[in-house]
Amino acid sequence: MKTDLKINGELRSLDADSRTTLLDALRNHLGLTGSKKGCDHGQCGACTVLVNGRRINSCLSLACMHDGDEITTIEGLGTPEQMSALQKAFVDHDGYQCGYCTPGQICSAEGMLQEMKEGWPSHVSGTLDGPPKLTADEISERMSGNLCRCAAYPNIVDAILEVGASETKEAAE
Amino acid sequence: MTEHFKIDKPDERNMLDDTAQGVLGTPMNRPDGPLKVTGTAMYAHEWHPEGLCHGVLVRAGKGPGNLTHLGTDEVRTMPGVIDVVTDQRLLSVPAQGMANAAPEQGHDRIAYDGQPVALVVAESFEQARFAAQSMEVVVEPDEGAHYDPWAADTKVETPKAKQSSQGDLDKAMTDAAVTVDETYTTAGHNSGAMEPHTSVAQWDGDRLTLHGSYQMLKFNKNELADSLGIKPDNVRILSPYVGGGFGSKLGICHEAVAAALASREIGRPVSVALSRQQVLEATMRRSETRQRVRLAADAEGNMSGMGHHSLVSNLGSQSFAEPVTQATPFLYKGENREIVQQVAETDRMCAGSVRAPGEAVGILAVEVAMDELAEKLGIDPVDLRLRNIPDKDPTKEIPFSSHMLGECLRSGAKSFGWDKRQKAGMRREGEWLVGMGVSSAVRVNFVIEAKARVRLDPEGTAVVETDMTDIGTGSYAIFTQIAAEMLGLPPSQVRVVLGDTDLPPGSGSGGSFGAASTGTAIWLACDNIRKTLAGKLGVESDDLTLKDGEAIAGNKRMRLSEILNSEALTAEGHVEPGKTSKEVRQATWGAHFAEVAVNAVTGEPRVRRMHGVFSAGRILNEKTARSQCLGGMTWGIGMALTEELLFDMRDGHLANRDFAEYHIPVNADVPQIEVDLLHERDAWANPMQVKGIGELGICGAGAAVANAIYNASGVRVRDFPATLDKIMAGLS
Repeated sequence: MKTDLKINGELRSLDADSRTTLLDALRNHLGLTGSKKGCDHGQCGACTVLVNGRRINSCLSLACMHDGDEITTIEGLGTPEQMSALQKAFVDHDGYQCGYCTPGQICSAEGMLQEMKEGWPSHVSGTLDGPPKLTADEISERMSGNLCRCAAYPNIVDAILEVGASETKEAAE
Repeated sequence: MTEHFKIDKPDERNMLDDTAQGVLGTPMNRPDGPLKVTGTAMYAHEWHPEGLCHGVLVRAGKGPGNLTHLGTDEVRTMPGVIDVVTDQRLLSVPAQGMANAAPEQGHDRIAYDGQPVALVVAESFEQARFAAQSMEVVVEPDEGAHYDPWAADTKVETPKAKQSSQGDLDKAMTDAAVTVDETYTTAGHNSGAMEPHTSVAQWDGDRLTLHGSYQMLKFNKNELADSLGIKPDNVRILSPYVGGGFGSKLGICHEAVAAALASREIGRPVSVALSRQQVLEATMRRSETRQRVRLAADAEGNMSGMGHHSLVSNLGSQSFAEPVTQATPFLYKGENREIVQQVAETDRMCAGSVRAPGEAVGILAVEVAMDELAEKLGIDPVDLRLRNIPDKDPTKEIPFSSHMLGECLRSGAKSFGWDKRQKAGMRREGEWLVGMGVSSAVRVNFVIEAKARVRLDPEGTAVVETDMTDIGTGSYAIFTQIAAEMLGLPPSQVRVVLGDTDLPPGSGSGGSFGAASTGTAIWLACDNIRKTLAGKLGVESDDLTLKDGEAIAGNKRMRLSEILNSEALTAEGHVEPGKTSKEVRQATWGAHFAEVAVNAVTGEPRVRRMHGVFSAGRILNEKTARSQCLGGMTWGIGMALTEELLFDMRDGHLANRDFAEYHIPVNADVPQIEVDLLHERDAWANPMQVKGIGELGICGAGAAVANAIYNASGVRVRDFPATLDKIMAGLS
């Protein structure tokens, strides 16, 4: 089934089995193996990518449903030589161990910080009104769709806190 | 040149305290980090050689029994299907850690529900998956199978070598002023590494190359060759990046053999990844345990006896039994001691190593029992533990190589604010009952044989090569640091190549022994190179200082490139465990402190704070060592509160075979855990004074959480995980 996608700023055409998930399309058809398959059931978050700026589990979505969509994968955020702010913070804070959930964690964190900026409340937000505060509790709550069995959670939170705080500071200046 | 060393005596030189580069121990970022955070690290499933086909394993939905029909003919004609592999060399169970030979194979007999019986290979993953799910598999189940380890008619083995007794525990229990005699149960666990087991197999003539997700390559190579019936020399396994292991990837597993057989048959590379469900039902589980713990003490809390009786389960074909009582012989004082280890033969999936086999669940029970003893005595639980630290191994009567439990407990109590702990059930904040708990942490320490090669190139760069793996543990980082420190190079000038069976056989990753074993092999190779350099300068190697690519000896200072004069130096290090593993008791130590809030209405437990203090010899990298501890402590939270393999005891099937139903801790379950590392040197361990830290953090962590639940709510849960229903039942 023919599908046109804009991936990491580049137009890519795909002609795959209609059963192909967005994750398998990226990995098996488009050479983008940065997104990982940890469960294939939307339970672990290792496959998280951004679709039109929102984070989704790419294993739970068929590729053919995304004709015309803009997709950002971990490869679109930075390279080993030019890491994004979050990628660098994950390295500095050791926000990973085996690294398998990491691309999903980082894509999820990108999406999450955007949600915070837009004022979305969460289960742990004190109030439904007004911008939520970027705290460890908020980050933990909002990142709980991304499992990490090595359990780098405290370091992941620290990495996101650092980037989130500097973005907030930049926005204020 | 090979530098061989058998660790027969303590190495008091502490050479690494005198080297000059100053990179060892520092919290250096992992050199593999930039690849991991950008999605460019190549895990097994990322290899897509030309002509790749996709394989999906087919499961038997009943067991034990006889396989009477496989609907291969119908599946072969389905779109895209290339082949259906039903070879009797397919594995029945994965190999146990360090098996070094093929595990049970074949599928005429089905040993357990969920056993893979065939591989469907197709042009695309979607075609292979659909065909595999469509295949008819008929199993004639056995009559009278046994699934429940606690059932009266289940066969129980009591292996002679695993029982021990000293003194008279029954008498000690009778004579004691205060005793605890309780039974604890822990649920089965799954490793749950985020990367499912994956293999990509490709043949070149008779030679097989397999990109796999494995922990111990030198053993895996032999296990795979033996399973296929080919020579080990014809097998090459590559695992440069492994997405977590925790024991589940110690031995060769179903997908590797299936991928190799299929690729051989059809003459194309084949990729096989286990689904998450297959990982849960067909790799290794940690056995559930039932543990009777007996403690005897006088009125002041001085212990006179300790009993630990464990019952675990496994398939009858397996000799592995969760070594629940591993640390019981030496953790606390007491001249009367009785250890009983039993295994129930169950017809369920295979049990094997999961992170810290033994102590992970054994210390959970013992340390809850210690809390019960402290409560009965009216003594502070930290004091009770301090009072009962033995001055030598009370069972073998040999000295400890080092003993840091007391310091860990004292230091942790201070940092955590233990003095603010109140009596059970006294602290309430709204609808939350809040309490604190403590536990000791202990894990046996050992080294296994390992080799590594180091090459110092004439331009002053070094390459470290071994088949050792980095499963998230930080091998790339610490090996870079060891070589950089020993050879006096900035870490950027050292390249570490891992995970390839064509390289010298390291220890592999398991049992917390990777850093000490393979690290020592690298240290030895570097030491050999240092000696050669010293020889070239005409000085003793003790008088040689290497720093920033320069050698300094006496009044001479030369660039390494000048000394080497266009010639590379290569050395191999080879370490073997020796007498120090028997003459002293080696262990790593720690203390866990937890603050838990229990909801007075729902019984929901939430871990609010956790503080761990650990000591494991020389710390090679503050950052990665801390991360190991964070991970272990989080496993303790999971074990205490949520993780539980649920088997249907009517037919032995695993009911919760995915992450929606098998609950590993998520980010919100884990507070911003604090970790302190206490530095020590243990000369008995190895010339680097390094001990393992990968599993220490899990040992006792769950007990601190459980003891905090008691202190918060007055509810003592002895059946883990302590889910809210069990807590609620005890709330008044």
